[in-house]
Amino acid sequence: MNLTLYVWRQKDANDKGRMEKYAAKDINEHMSFLEMLDVVNEDLAQQGIEPIAFDHDCREGICGTCSLVVNGRPHGHETGTTVCQLHMRHFKDGDSIYIEPWRAKAFPVVRDLIVDRSAFDRIMQAGGFVSVNTGSAQDANSIPISKEAADTAMDAAACIGCGACVAACPNASAMLFVSAKISQLASLPQGQAERERRARGMIAQMDAEGFGNCTNFYECEAACPKEIPVKFIAKMNREYMRALAKGK
Amino acid sequence: MTLESKVPSGPIADKWDNHRFQMKLVNPANKRKYSAIIVGTGLAGASAAASMAELGYNVKAFCYQDTPRRAHSIAAQGGINAAKNYQNDGDSIYRLFYDTVKGGDFRSREANVYRLAQVSTAIIDQCVAQGVPFAREYGGTLANRSFGGAQVSRTFYARGQTGQQLLLGAYSALCRQIAAGKVAMYPRTEMLDLVVVDNRARGIVVRDMVTGEISSHSADAVILATGGYGNVFYLSTNAKGCNVTAAYRAYKKGAFFANPCFTQIHPTCIPQSGDYQSKLTLMSESLRNDGRIWVPKKKDDNRHPNDIPEEERDYYLERKYPSFGNLAPRDISSRSAKEVVDEGRGIGPTGVGVYLDFRDAINRLGKDAIRDRYGNLFQMYERITGEDPYEVPMRIYPASHYTMGGLWVDYNLESTIPGLFVLGEANFSDHGANRLGASALMQGLADGYFVIPYTIGDYFARAGNSDVDASHKEFANVEKEVEERTRKYLSINGKRTPDSFHRELGKIMWEHCGMNRNEQGLKKALEKIPALREEFWENLLVLGNDKNLNQTLELAGRVADFLEFAEIMIYDALTREESCGAHFREEYQTEEGEAKRDDENFSFVSAWEFTGVGKKPNLHKESLEFENVQLATRSYK
Repeated sequence: MNLTLYVWRQKDANDKGRMEKYAAKDINEHMSFLEMLDVVNEDLAQQGIEPIAFDHDCREGICGTCSLVVNGRPHGHETGTTVCQLHMRHFKDGDSIYIEPWRAKAFPVVRDLIVDRSAFDRIMQAGGFVSVNTGSAQDANSIPISKEAADTAMDAAACIGCGACVAACPNASAMLFVSAKISQLASLPQGQAERERRARGMIAQMDAEGFGNCTNFYECEAACPKEIPVKFIAKMNREYMRALAKGK
Repeated sequence: MTLESKVPSGPIADKWDNHRFQMKLVNPANKRKYSAIIVGTGLAGASAAASMAELGYNVKAFCYQDTPRRAHSIAAQGGINAAKNYQNDGDSIYRLFYDTVKGGDFRSREANVYRLAQVSTAIIDQCVAQGVPFAREYGGTLANRSFGGAQVSRTFYARGQTGQQLLLGAYSALCRQIAAGKVAMYPRTEMLDLVVVDNRARGIVVRDMVTGEISSHSADAVILATGGYGNVFYLSTNAKGCNVTAAYRAYKKGAFFANPCFTQIHPTCIPQSGDYQSKLTLMSESLRNDGRIWVPKKKDDNRHPNDIPEEERDYYLERKYPSFGNLAPRDISSRSAKEVVDEGRGIGPTGVGVYLDFRDAINRLGKDAIRDRYGNLFQMYERITGEDPYEVPMRIYPASHYTMGGLWVDYNLESTIPGLFVLGEANFSDHGANRLGASALMQGLADGYFVIPYTIGDYFARAGNSDVDASHKEFANVEKEVEERTRKYLSINGKRTPDSFHRELGKIMWEHCGMNRNEQGLKKALEKIPALREEFWENLLVLGNDKNLNQTLELAGRVADFLEFAEIMIYDALTREESCGAHFREEYQTEEGEAKRDDENFSFVSAWEFTGVGKKPNLHKESLEFENVQLATRSYK
């Protein structure tokens, strides 16, 4: 199939940026979206045009590196799918495709389609861990954890930190990301000792990074490639209230 | 130079304990005076950085990804082994040790493997304490499964995302130390060379991948945890960014490269669909617990798989290996798949694939039970292929997955360059000629959490602080070399992109040094690789400049190193005139087509020393002594 691409090009963080139009020729339906871009990039290089820079690594939907807004939707229109796992069979000959980077104040563009998501790392550093030094753990089976609690923790822990939730949210809120980590650790006995401190710390950092607040659009849940539910945001709010009430 | 493995004396079960006692300690108050550079933040690198920082050392950690949470350890699906014996099924440290040595086809160092099995139990404790949500039973205890041919259930797992959860655990520990100011983190920063002064690793030269700035970093020790070199085949299950550069640069500076020809081909990957293919996706081999592998008995049978009656199907693994069946080890399963495809019985649009069929398991257990076990994997398969594995058998084929070879290290994980340590997949030490399923995560974390924190202290205590910092002229020299090399890529202005050279190299390697090897093919590769390398330096096309983010430029450097590294792999495969584990030399097989090992002549680790680009490297041998495990022919019949 042949497609027309409109791609965001931006030389660096200081450049204003603009959409450019490119042709994607002879695209096979079995290609992934990123393989389609590889083909276009090879073509551009032969024409002397610098290839489109985009973030990617594992190309199997787990590392969370890829981050394209395709036709206005983070990771494209398929539900529960990262853009590296989006295949061209979901497009048809003659389609126009608009490709943009994540848009959020807290995610400045580095180049073309690549953004800086280090804000997520700083939120994690503000409490997204259990303070246990290597070697000081007790036997793994000494604290029974119900299957339900373990499953809830895993549902939350499935987050790949891609930032699609932020890109999808009209407020550029990072609450789905932050709530996933807070909920994972709040569901487990290991996370109890620092429960309040963690909620306060991570939320304070989230605000400091310039992410917006949740106003219940639920666009994050719709865009999340791992389908993390918004119920975790409610849980995070409870965790925050709990911490405030306890004065911690 | 003789290779000293530095394996401690004494009974195998006591070696590590004795060694820990004999190693020198750094006084707690003095730990802050020592610094280490850690390159790579996957399981091995992140766990090492966190653990060493907890002890009080100052750590600088580097990764090429935008954040340490994305290293390719994240993609491991199936699980992590540990000799907990929670299932009361007869597992023990000794059994895990034995299985690993045997699975590695007797080409690993016994003492290292024993230590790995010993610390495996503490890894699970540590990860649980961090909040890793392993699967649980209703009673609240940890669940286990049997994995990849093991006859005990010793594999711990977190759905199909075990690597992700373990990495996020190590990453969270790393985050805590970054917040504490004990780790300085440098993401989007690529190591481009190692700096050695007076036979000691002193630091590294890196490129900031956003600004293009080249800079030097010095420390009292350098630790590489930079993963494997599976992308030498271009198509592999590795992430696109995985590369050999850090390890290869260390090799060029004097670190020996061990067993490069031991590359694991994973039997259950989604087959290639076309020339544009950029990577191959692994389907966890836990699928082999319930899926049955088959091809049609007839050649070129184009019928829909569901229309092929039972009696016309060849369940070749069950037929050839009745006691292990579909769970035969990775190397054996992979080669058997290649055999049937070479016979013309391959399936799918390209004829290069075999079926992995869940029909019988669905009939026996029901769709829901299968969905519970493998739901996310089935979904992933459907997303990629557009086919529903509940209705049609999956198509699978082997692909390059893991590299057992790596930089040579002694028992302390120190390379042949003093002060340069190597962890995880980047070293060669524990898996011999073939790695067992669910053992990569175990080794990465063992090295990072429980080995290097001890052995690095001994090194610091003995060697003291490095008396050379980044103002030394050698750093300036190396920076200049790196800058010149970078400019060279940009100045050739030829016609072929680095990706196109990489693809061609991959084809050469897969054809001549892939699942099966023979002398003639390997010699052909030795002609093709230098020719391709020559073309690379004359006809490379890299647009843009070196002062900003330039992904083509990054790739050019990695491909340039793969083009040199590939040759050591070939020399190693040529020299090893036997078949063992993942290394199958067609000349050395039994009448039944099984691998024929030659313990008399090849019971050694080959460690290669750099002698110049395009020149045959020098071979050093570390002979392998087996005091505890009796050498035996692996039989999975």
